[in-house]
Parts: sequence; structure tokens; C-alpha cells
Amino acid sequence: MFAYIIRRLIGAVLMLLLVSLVTFGIFFWLPKLAGQTTDQIAASYVGKAPTAEAIQDTKERLGLDKPVVVQYGSYLKAIVVGKDYKAGPVTDHCPAPCLGYSFRSSQPVLETLLDRAPATASLALGAAVFWLIGGIVTGVVSALRRGSLWDRAAMIIALSGVSLPIYFTGLVSLALFSYTLKIFPGGGSYKPITEDPVMWFQSLVLPWVTLAFLYAAMYARLTRAGMLETMNEDYIRTARAKGLSETTVVTKHALRASLTPILTIFGLDLGLLLGGAVLTESTFGIPGLGQLAISSINSGDLPMVLGVTLITSVSIVGINLIVDLLYAIVDPRVRLG
Amino acid sequence: MAAPIEVTGSDTEAQPEAVLAGVDGKKIQGRSLGQIAWMRLKRDKVALTGALVVIVLILIAIFGPFFTQNPLTYHQNLIDPTYNRPKTGFWHSGISGDHWLGVEPGTGRDMLARIVHGARISLLVSFLATLVSVVIGTVMGIIAGYFGGWVDYTISRAMDAFLAFPLLLFAIALVGVVSDGAFGFSGNGLRIGVLVMVIGFFNWPYIGRIIRGQTLSLREREFVDAARSMGARNSYVLFKEVLPNLVAPILVYSTLLIPTNILFEAALSFLGVGVIPPTPSWGGMLTLAVPIYSSDPMYMIIPGMAIFITVLAFNLFGDGLRDALDPRAK
Repeated sequence: MFAYIIRRLIGAVLMLLLVSLVTFGIFFWLPKLAGQTTDQIAASYVGKAPTAEAIQDTKERLGLDKPVVVQYGSYLKAIVVGKDYKAGPVTDHCPAPCLGYSFRSSQPVLETLLDRAPATASLALGAAVFWLIGGIVTGVVSALRRGSLWDRAAMIIALSGVSLPIYFTGLVSLALFSYTLKIFPGGGSYKPITEDPVMWFQSLVLPWVTLAFLYAAMYARLTRAGMLETMNEDYIRTARAKGLSETTVVTKHALRASLTPILTIFGLDLGLLLGGAVLTESTFGIPGLGQLAISSINSGDLPMVLGVTLITSVSIVGINLIVDLLYAIVDPRVRLG
Repeated sequence: MAAPIEVTGSDTEAQPEAVLAGVDGKKIQGRSLGQIAWMRLKRDKVALTGALVVIVLILIAIFGPFFTQNPLTYHQNLIDPTYNRPKTGFWHSGISGDHWLGVEPGTGRDMLARIVHGARISLLVSFLATLVSVVIGTVMGIIAGYFGGWVDYTISRAMDAFLAFPLLLFAIALVGVVSDGAFGFSGNGLRIGVLVMVIGFFNWPYIGRIIRGQTLSLREREFVDAARSMGARNSYVLFKEVLPNLVAPILVYSTLLIPTNILFEAALSFLGVGVIPPTPSWGGMLTLAVPIYSSDPMYMIIPGMAIFITVLAFNLFGDGLRDALDPRAK
């Protein structure tokens, strides 16, 4: 078990290195490959009317004239041991893990990320509760009553759910419940839970339900398919033959085995969402990591983009690790080693 | 006196032809997997409806733009300057005999033309992207499954890594970086190329995993052993023996990947990194609908429904195809 965790942690670190390398490549290597010169790249970070001095200054400050490998090396070094930035006479120390400063706002990246994370976490975790309960219950009931009216209706709704773009359902729910019926506040009304818990809850109900609907539809389909397959297994017949009640057979034997693949997907989905629910956040105007990512990409704020992709990957890798450990608990057939 | 062994009479004589003639006089014959699948698919009315809608949509995407109005022509006379929305039609949609789906708020451009032209972009990008994913996924999956060992380990870990990437963010970043002119291309040609490569390249592990799993079991089958014992090279076994047996899963998962890619393309357009305006795209229209959904709901509903109907039709057809080709997965 301990060796397994160590091995997974090493894998996680490699994964993060890969993600940061690819992101770095996209921003520094790809423009060169596409035919831009270093001056042009630097100019895109300066602002509207770049002067020759400003470009030269930016190139030196960001180390753009050095090879991409060297730039990447200094980025990694800053994360591990921190970095000193010379700004005129004073030296600004950025302690480890240092993700650098924003090209645009000059704020430390880590601080901005931590500032935005609670909004995204509120959205993702709340929606996860809804979709897990909704999706799994719907899927189980559909599988047990296969072919019934309930099953067919639920599966039609689920298929529609996975066919609807989330920003469209988001807009429709805003138009319906916020603008027309005035039950919930409109987009952009998010307040942190520490500031205004009531508003926090009210503003998140629609995003939660919208986001959960999409995922619940997916999970209902998966659960149903998994349950239908498991219910035909020999050990289900054995369990019934032992005289166990149907409830025990369904929950303790069938559902437990069908949950394993769903847990895997849940790990990926939740991890990805915790790094920024890009579409939901932009539809409902929630100031989370997803919106930060979009605005940073549009303004070419590389340290910020790298920060968001890294934090997303950390959450994906971290949650997957937890999920893999949970496997052994959920499914007795799984042995970690 | 021995009893007559020879029994004569038509009622006891074996009549193989009569058996083959079947009950209703129809001849019983062997059916190929394709024929069985087609029979199952024919019974599945829902899937057939999906297939029909898909065919109509493809025809609209190919030929529709020749029949619609110019999607870029402004009809300012139809717009109420005070509210910046169409004057006529229910919910201020501007729906009329001349403009069946109404006109765009602000500019008065014909919505039907924009939807039809948008269909072309949407289907073009998603089909080409699916092709890219299927080619990469099949080649990687078949190689990983067939050779096993460290080859399999490397490719499988690569597939795991791809699944843990924040794909949407990468796609946005990529499109943003090569937005204006690169590799000798520029404008919408470049954009479509980048969209196809980005969407296609990021989706291959889904197909790759399925193909790998199927290849793993095909590899152990007798006909593969037979081919190898007769001295066939690996490339021959892979492409002439294994690949033909993978046609069914490739077909099914391609059909199911297309709607995913339509949604991906629409999402990128929604976030402003799709084709460049004024070229119409469904996702791009929804972006414009965000600030005005309350005053002009039809402008949000029409592109939304276009995406929904298209994606649903592909999903229905894909689900039906899977059930028809693989009776176990139901």
C-alpha cells in the first residue's frame, strides 16, 4: 500500500512536469514554430503601442531571448526554491512555491489563484453532490425496471441532457427562473460564502442544477449500463440463492461493483471542474478559475495560464489518486499493488 | 422374414430443401454480421429517425448554403433602433415570410442563412476532427494491443496523461496563439485547420482505449495464429487480419465521437476561439445571445436548438448502431 502511494506520487509529479512542459511549449515554442520572432512575442506582452525599449526590456525581464529550455528550467526552479525579482533598487522575494507574477496585473499568480479557487470549488463540489445522487439513483432504478415507462423516460431525458450544450441550458434556466419567474438572482451575482452566505447559496442554485443536469445524465447512462451487466453476473445469482434480500443484493453486491468505473470518471470530471468550470462560469458570471483562465489566455498572461493549468492538473492527479485508493474499499476484487 | 427396413413415403423422408424453404416459404440462409446488424437497426425506429435527421443535416450543410440568403447582408430596416432588436415577429424575433427563423438583433442578418452556414462549419470541423481522432486512436490502439509489453505501457500511459489534461484550456490557448497567420495559412482556413487538429488530437485516447481492448482479445484468436504460422509479417496481420475485425467498434465510436466534437467546436466558438466572425457559427451566435437573452430569447433558442437537434440525432443513431453491432452492450 505504502509503495503503491509512493509510486503514484512519482507518477503524479511526472504528469505535472509534462503538463507544464506542454503549456510552456504552446506559448513559447509554438509561436516560434509558427514563424513569429522573439521581438513579436515580446511585443504581444507589452501592450498596445510597443516601443523598441519596452520590447527590449520585456525580453530581458521575461528572459525571452534565452532558449525555451532555460526559461522552463528557471520556471521550475522558482516553484521549488522560490525566486528573487529585481525591481529597481529593491529586490522582491517570491517564496516557494513561486508561480511568478502576472504579466498584466503584476499580482503574484499563486495569490490570485487562491483568491479565485473558492468560487470554483463551491460550484464544482455542490454540483457534484447533485449529479452523483441524481445520476446514480436514476441509473439504478432504470436498470432494475428495464423497459418500463420510467426507464424509457429517464433515458430519453438523459440522452437529451448529454446532447445539450451547458451554456445553452444555463441561458435557458437564467431566462426562465431568473428573468421571467424571478426566483433566483441573475448571472454575476455570486458572493463569497464568508461575505454573504444567503446570496452565495441563491446565486449558486442555478449553476449547480445546470451543471449537475449534464453530468447526472451521463452518470445515469453509465450506471444503468453497468448495473445491467452486473445483475447478470454469477455472484448476483449466488447472493440471491443465499436468500439475501433484494435490497442487499442490489446495494451491497451489484451497485458496489458497478460503482468502480463510475468512480474513475468521477475523479476525472471533478478534478477537471475544480480547475475551472470554464463554460458554466462564463455563462453565470462566476469569478472562478475558469474565467481567470479565459481572460488570461485572451490577454496573453502566460504565468497566469500556466498557473491555472498546473492547479487543474494538480487537482485531476490528486483526486485520481484518492479515487484509486477508494477502489480497494468500494470493490473487494481490487487489490492495490 | 425381416421387417422392412426401408421406409418409403414422403412424410418420413428427410427433406432438407423443405427445411431450408422455411415456414412461410422463405428460404433460410446464413447471414453476415452486417446483415444481422442491418436487420436489428431496421427494427430500431428511434435510431432510424436519428439516422434520417443526420442525413438531412448533412445534405443541408452541403447544399443548403446555395439556397439561402446571404448570411452577411444587413437588414437594418427590420431593426428597432431604440431597443436594437427586430421590430416584428413574436418575442421580437423578426420571424416573417422573408426570414423564416427571424433576423439577428442589431444587424438584421437572416437567421436561417446563418444557421445553415453554421451547420456547414460545425459538421465540417466535427467530421474532420473525428477522422483525425479515429486515425490516431486506431493506429495507437492497435499497436498497443497487438505488441503489448513496453510499447503497450508507453502508449497506455500517454493515453492516461491525455485524459488528465485540461483540454478545453489547452485548446483555447492553442487557437489563441496561432490565431493570425501561421504555417503559411491565414484567416478561417487556418482557424478550421487548427480547430480540427486540436479537437481531433485531444480526443484520440477515447477511441485508442477501446481499440486497444478489442485488439488484446483479437490477438489471441486462432486466425491470427494461423496467419502468423504461415509466415505473415506483423504489418500484414495488423492491417489484413486484425483491422477488418475492428470495423464495427470503429464505426460505432466514430458515430458517437461526432456529437462530442460538435459540442466541443460549439464550446470553442462560444468562448470566442472558433471561426472568425462574420462567418456564422452556432456557438458564436450563443455568445452574442448571452447579454440579450432576456429581451430577445429567440436569438438564444434557435442556435441552441440547432446544436441540440444535431447532437441528439447523432447520439440516437450512434446508440442504435452500437446496439445493432454489439448485442452484448445494451
